[in-house]
Amino acid sequence: MMQVVLILFGSIISGNIAVSYFLGMCPFVTISRNISVAAGMGAAVTAVMTLTAAANWAINHFLLVPLGLEFLQFLVFIVTIATIVQILEMLIDRYSPKLYHAFGIYLPLITVNCAILGISLFMLLRGYGFGETVLYSFGSGIGWLLAIVSLGALRRRLVFSNPPEHFGATGITAILAGIMALAFIGFAGMAS
Amino acid sequence: MGEQQAGLRVPRKGYRLFKSQSWKVLIEGLWHNNPIFGMVLGLCSTLAVTNLLTNAFVMSMSVLVVLVVNSLIISLLRNLIPDRVRMIVYMLIASSLVIAVDMVLRITLPEVSKALGAYVALIITNCIIMGRAEAFAINNPPMVTIADAVGVGLGYSFSLMTIAFFRELLGFGTLFGLRVLPAAVEPIQLLTVPPGAFFALGVFILVINRIRAGRGDSKQEGGK
Repeated sequence: MMQVVLILFGSIISGNIAVSYFLGMCPFVTISRNISVAAGMGAAVTAVMTLTAAANWAINHFLLVPLGLEFLQFLVFIVTIATIVQILEMLIDRYSPKLYHAFGIYLPLITVNCAILGISLFMLLRGYGFGETVLYSFGSGIGWLLAIVSLGALRRRLVFSNPPEHFGATGITAILAGIMALAFIGFAGMAS
Repeated sequence: MGEQQAGLRVPRKGYRLFKSQSWKVLIEGLWHNNPIFGMVLGLCSTLAVTNLLTNAFVMSMSVLVVLVVNSLIISLLRNLIPDRVRMIVYMLIASSLVIAVDMVLRITLPEVSKALGAYVALIITNCIIMGRAEAFAINNPPMVTIADAVGVGLGYSFSLMTIAFFRELLGFGTLFGLRVLPAAVEPIQLLTVPPGAFFALGVFILVINRIRAGRGDSKQEGGK
């Protein structure tokens, strides 16, 4: 039980993939302009991340390792991710057009979101078992959602402030993300 | 007379090189289309590996190699790749290249390879690789494509190395692992941890934008 709490806390707060491992940075900076879009993207990322990490764990454990094909890991992982995203898109489109309109548009973008591939690689590096992988990937997705929505909320407040003009949109977002990262990292040590 | 002519030809050749389309494309990639401050692509690795110059250098070179070879292959195959599956093709080519680069790094530079960890593999999903394939290589002949890839790759390296230079110098007091600042200078610990990476990137973009505004480069993003 303690282990479950630790993995979840670590992946959501102290080891947040967005602010302490810099995964999924491109959408993190570009999409956080709009909170509702950010939330939709975050939800899609959470779903895809959990599914793909579980699938990749199984493929790695039952296929690649026994066959001695570990060197193909990157290639196989990215193909799995692309396939799962494609299937998910078709299923959602077929059974829930409403849901499809809400976040179907984010799905194609997710294939190239480095957070998705990143989590599949991190679970390998950390040597997680199946249960831990599912927990970790789900927590990471939620953590990414939390981070991008918070950043979106912070950026809204920018309307009332007057940062140096040459920061541009990207520069000031980086500074904001840094301040936010300090808050997240502040919990480090409680769980890694 | 003959010598004079020969002497004349050399600068003219050079002149032509600097006027050629490839050169223009290369400079374009280096500055205007710089992946970090021009197009805002490939930020994951920019933030993650700039804590030390060595890491940043190895990362830059890996991205440069993958980018150039990937763009070249796609440019050569541009008339053969079916439009509908082109994304998958880009990814398969990029993954194969990254696997090769990762293997070479593991054998030649085991320590750096360990420090970079998963970020080498993440070159596959680095938007720069995909972006240049889709925006340039698929529509252009090989020579110009190479110029574009080299330009963008060097632009990426320039950004990474500059940020890493300041983060390592001020955060650890070293450069490429060699001590430069006297021990009396207090290192700024903040720059070595993740939040410091964001601050360094923000300030880097601020400085570059200021320089661009001073030079009258118009392409600067506004708003908040």
